[in-house]
Amino acid sequence: MSINFSPLGEAAILVSFGSTIAPAVHDAVRSFSYALERQPFAGMTEYIAAYTSVTIFYDPVVLAKETLLNPEEGVPYSYQVAKLKAEAIVRSIDDKGGKSADARVVRVPVCYGGEYGPDLADVARYHKMTEQDVIETHTSGDYLIYMIGFAPGFPYVGGLPKSIATPRKKSPRLIIPEGSVGIAGEQTGIYPIATPGGWQLIGRTPLSLFRPDDDDDPTLLHAGDKLEFYAITADEYDEIKRAEDAKKGGDAS
Amino acid sequence: MTSMKIKVLDGGLMTTVQDMGRVGYQKYGIIQSGAIDTFSLAVANLAVGNDTHEAALEMTLKGAMLELKRGIVFVLAGADMMATIGGIPVPMHRPVLVTQDATLVCGGPRHGARTYIAFAGNIDVPKRMASRSTYMRAGIGGYDGRALKDGDELTISSDEKITKKLYEIGHKISDTMISVDWFTPRVTTDTTRPIRVTRGLQADWFTKETLESFFSSKERYRVTVQADRMGYRLMGKTLELKEPRELISEPVAFGTVQVADGKPIVLMADRQTTGGYPKIAQIAMVDLPRFGQTRAGDTVSFSEISLAEAERLYIEQRTLIAKAATAAKLVLG
Repeated sequence: MSINFSPLGEAAILVSFGSTIAPAVHDAVRSFSYALERQPFAGMTEYIAAYTSVTIFYDPVVLAKETLLNPEEGVPYSYQVAKLKAEAIVRSIDDKGGKSADARVVRVPVCYGGEYGPDLADVARYHKMTEQDVIETHTSGDYLIYMIGFAPGFPYVGGLPKSIATPRKKSPRLIIPEGSVGIAGEQTGIYPIATPGGWQLIGRTPLSLFRPDDDDDPTLLHAGDKLEFYAITADEYDEIKRAEDAKKGGDAS
Repeated sequence: MTSMKIKVLDGGLMTTVQDMGRVGYQKYGIIQSGAIDTFSLAVANLAVGNDTHEAALEMTLKGAMLELKRGIVFVLAGADMMATIGGIPVPMHRPVLVTQDATLVCGGPRHGARTYIAFAGNIDVPKRMASRSTYMRAGIGGYDGRALKDGDELTISSDEKITKKLYEIGHKISDTMISVDWFTPRVTTDTTRPIRVTRGLQADWFTKETLESFFSSKERYRVTVQADRMGYRLMGKTLELKEPRELISEPVAFGTVQVADGKPIVLMADRQTTGGYPKIAQIAMVDLPRFGQTRAGDTVSFSEISLAEAERLYIEQRTLIAKAATAAKLVLG
């Protein structure tokens, strides 16, 4: 695998592991992120993992204090330090065989159709299926979260069965309620907070995906998680929702 | 420590609590937020004896009206909103002690977009995910996750030491204000000088002509009304790709210039964490505060510098702030 390093301005370095969205590239992104979590270097402020790359943000003032034996002329000094650090992490992963945290499986209950999934009927019609077929297909998928972005804890998910891939709505909704589960082309996902959007909404989960009271782990989903959807009734939805809200109330005190 | 109430009589156009932003949470898809003009925030904080990263109020285009209690020490930095107390102009970029209960009235700046009011001490709003910055779309952080409006009450906890110090070393500028001579580096709101940029990660996707004109400092781009804390859409000569290409979403940064439909969009403090548009340029961090002071109708041009130069200038700017911090400590004790 060829790994490229490039500067994103004077305070970040992008480490690229490939140019296609593929499980092998994702695995490299994941083990690199895992290594950063465990051994952040001095001056590193944070990182963002994406489909094929990880970008490390750093404070150039801190990195400038490190000594380089043979600094390259004309290349920014702190960037050279950041690159050396990133290369060292890559080497350490190679030596240890690229371990990362075990993939978590997150099971997400979804109340499909009705007021929670106003586009389920349209999606079924589009594929000449019954609504039940769409639900069964959606819950049977083998899903992987490639990255988190767009909104707090919003997962970019791969693995939607092609048989229910559906184009976005022609005109986006002004507000998609929190917890909505949707389809857009070959993607499926969940909206952690209410935002505008053009996804086909097939259901809603009562789980809170964004938990701003939890400083240590503010989102339910993380890059690298496997996702399983299962169908619940409206009553079950209400019950889980009540429990989630009670948890929120407890945290806020 | 004492705590003092500040009553908001008018929130202005958009006044929010901002510090240096939420650092460490972008991997969760949580935006960074924080001050747009981080330089003005830093020097404001220093002038009232705070650390550079403390939270202040960021006012936008039209300032707030605030009821200030006797004994409070504050400073205004950034764009000049022609603030007054009792009809007397409040000096900018220097600490001001309020000697009797008074109303601070801010107007709209002739140049620039944002003004910071820092108070000696902390603005008592809870830290959410390691920051007091307001994240309006999610409704968290800052004051109830929203902009200030009339009737709100802020609490400031402060150390009386600085109040006493200003009584000791300051001079009277009106019946309600004591200030001190103060020098602090400041951000210019001059838009005639080009904004310095470095080449973006996908610059080579654009045609030679596009790159030449964009980076030449001759081509001017107008800030549109779609310019907010999330991003600035600019109007100007269309930026052309050599051929249509798709980018797989990757992380972006404060000051990234991405191109959508041939037009540049500069990503600001409330940007999303990742983006799928090609990045033609990156605003040099040294000039980002100055760019953040531009507003709809202003025109800007861009000139290219090397990344090594950008890094050097930024470290120099930070050194300047560190020196100002040392000087502030000497004066304020």
